[in-house]
Amino acid sequence: MTTVPKLALGPILYYWSKQQVEDFYQRVANTAVDIVYLGETICSKRRIMRTKDWIRIGEQLQAQGKTVILSTLTLLEAASELGALKRLCVESPFLIEANDIAAVQILNELGKPFVTGPSVNIYNSRTLKKLSEKGLLRWTLPVELSATELAEFQQHRPDNVETEVFAWGRLPLAYSARCFTARAENLQKDDCQFRCLDYPDGLLLSTREDEAFLCINGIQTQSARTMNLLGEIDQLIDLGVDVLRISPQSRNTIDIIDRFTAVLSDPQSPKRFDTELEGWMPTTICNGYWNGNAGMER
Amino acid sequence: MELICPAGNLPSLKAAVDSGADAVYIGFQDDTNARHFAGLNFNDKRAAEGVTYAHARGAKIFVAINTYPQVSGFERWQQAVDRAALLGVDALILADIGLLDYASERWPDLRLHLSVQASATNPASLRFYHENFAIQRAVLPRVLSVKQVEQVIRDSPVDIEVFGFGSLCVMVEGRCLLSSYATGQSPNTFGACSPASAVRWKETPGGLESRLNGVLIDRYADGENAGYPTLCKGRYQVENKTGYAIEEPTSLNTLSLLPELMRIGVKALKVEGRQRSPTYVKQVTRVLRAAIDTAKQNPENFKTKVEWIDALERVSEGAQTTLGAYARPWQ
Repeated sequence: MTTVPKLALGPILYYWSKQQVEDFYQRVANTAVDIVYLGETICSKRRIMRTKDWIRIGEQLQAQGKTVILSTLTLLEAASELGALKRLCVESPFLIEANDIAAVQILNELGKPFVTGPSVNIYNSRTLKKLSEKGLLRWTLPVELSATELAEFQQHRPDNVETEVFAWGRLPLAYSARCFTARAENLQKDDCQFRCLDYPDGLLLSTREDEAFLCINGIQTQSARTMNLLGEIDQLIDLGVDVLRISPQSRNTIDIIDRFTAVLSDPQSPKRFDTELEGWMPTTICNGYWNGNAGMER
Repeated sequence: MELICPAGNLPSLKAAVDSGADAVYIGFQDDTNARHFAGLNFNDKRAAEGVTYAHARGAKIFVAINTYPQVSGFERWQQAVDRAALLGVDALILADIGLLDYASERWPDLRLHLSVQASATNPASLRFYHENFAIQRAVLPRVLSVKQVEQVIRDSPVDIEVFGFGSLCVMVEGRCLLSSYATGQSPNTFGACSPASAVRWKETPGGLESRLNGVLIDRYADGENAGYPTLCKGRYQVENKTGYAIEEPTSLNTLSLLPELMRIGVKALKVEGRQRSPTYVKQVTRVLRAAIDTAKQNPENFKTKVEWIDALERVSEGAQTTLGAYARPWQ
């Protein structure tokens, strides 16, 4: 008996206005998405939404039947960031997504279970088993690993651990102490003027022959292209993947959720909507990693 | 503060020991380490010679097994740990949780250091590796300011090693996939960034072009110095401006910070560059040995000497140096 994967909406990786965030989750509440990740995972200077705001939105979504998870900061540098992480772990009424081993350690010390996002390095079954002993309930496949590698994982996965796969979005590729958005604007990071607010889908970085290559999102670097595993649903189901993650973008996220929902609810329905889906991507598709190739390849 | 120097072959190892390194770090000839380059690194025989050479002169040997074993190849990484343990090396430098688990269980008396590739930037992460695998030292990623390094040391359960000189990773180590995005091979999975096999050079009417798996990394006008096309050090376009959108071709150089790094309690200073020549290793080791000794004797009046700076700049990538994330304005 095969199970149909649940749908998750990843944390918003960009910096949106408060109104935009509120409106977005109002609409998300009416979709069929099962799990919603909330919180700031990129930059501790992005404080339009405070923890209490995320918890309030989370409670609303929970009341509307969603499973809510709070996501933690990926790259921790200042002692104040570690302090904020600790408070979040203590106070969260929801399950937490650890995006750094610091959160894994703190949650383990608190005796709380957790899930991990794509930036926690789980490259082999022994690592997965060790983290499962520490309270891991679900892990996300690192985006640079392939379907073949996932298949190996799934054979040796601990019984009580679920698997999540990044199924739609610009790929999270790197994190830095440096803010590249501020650098592009000729500003110091300490005086960034919150320019990320101007780029709700990040800032495109192209080669000198105008090939869209990367996407700058503050201290994070993403792919310019979009991973889309909707066409691979049969394989994902065969592999026993429990959750598919859609990464939010400023436009068409609801359409994308609806399209995934339609395919998941009717396994016989057509799964390839390439033209329509490419129209919803900021540039074009890249499924290279999933196929065991360079990530940027189709 | 110990001086930890790189060696990609036996002549470099000897150069490092002879020039005053307290320890030399090496890797095996495969994808178990983060400098997996053709013609580089040690087989067991050479490694054994290196251990003997270093130990006879009071220096230590560390072995980096710091890539991430994938599900199907885990045994090869286990074997690398066993080989290093049997060689009698002084410490292993590991990144992967599964491999740390194996090493601490199989070789409980062997000293373990946490590689920079583990991406541990804070005391809570260090506590995880210390409590679970009894690591005794950690190498910090090149993302922290000096003040932040000091905060980490204050609350860290283990000794801290930091990078002092060499090529500069702009992204937090262990969580950078730029190379596999462009080429399919990353530091985590393959032990190489922007691998040479993917590099192509071509003279064009618009200038000399460097490409990585077809992606244009840079184009050089006549008279411009062309550097290795490391992905994060290319020239790109952002909002119609062309330039080094991520970072310039530059090296990290902390000479001027040495007394400060000592004061805040850094236990070891690491030099990057196992892929570099014995001449590089000798030059950098000599300068840093002299500088550390001078700073130890008289930290208050420490001044970097012009000949040190000249010697280091001659071997720097892009012939320019930076304090990197240690200095806030760089960020």
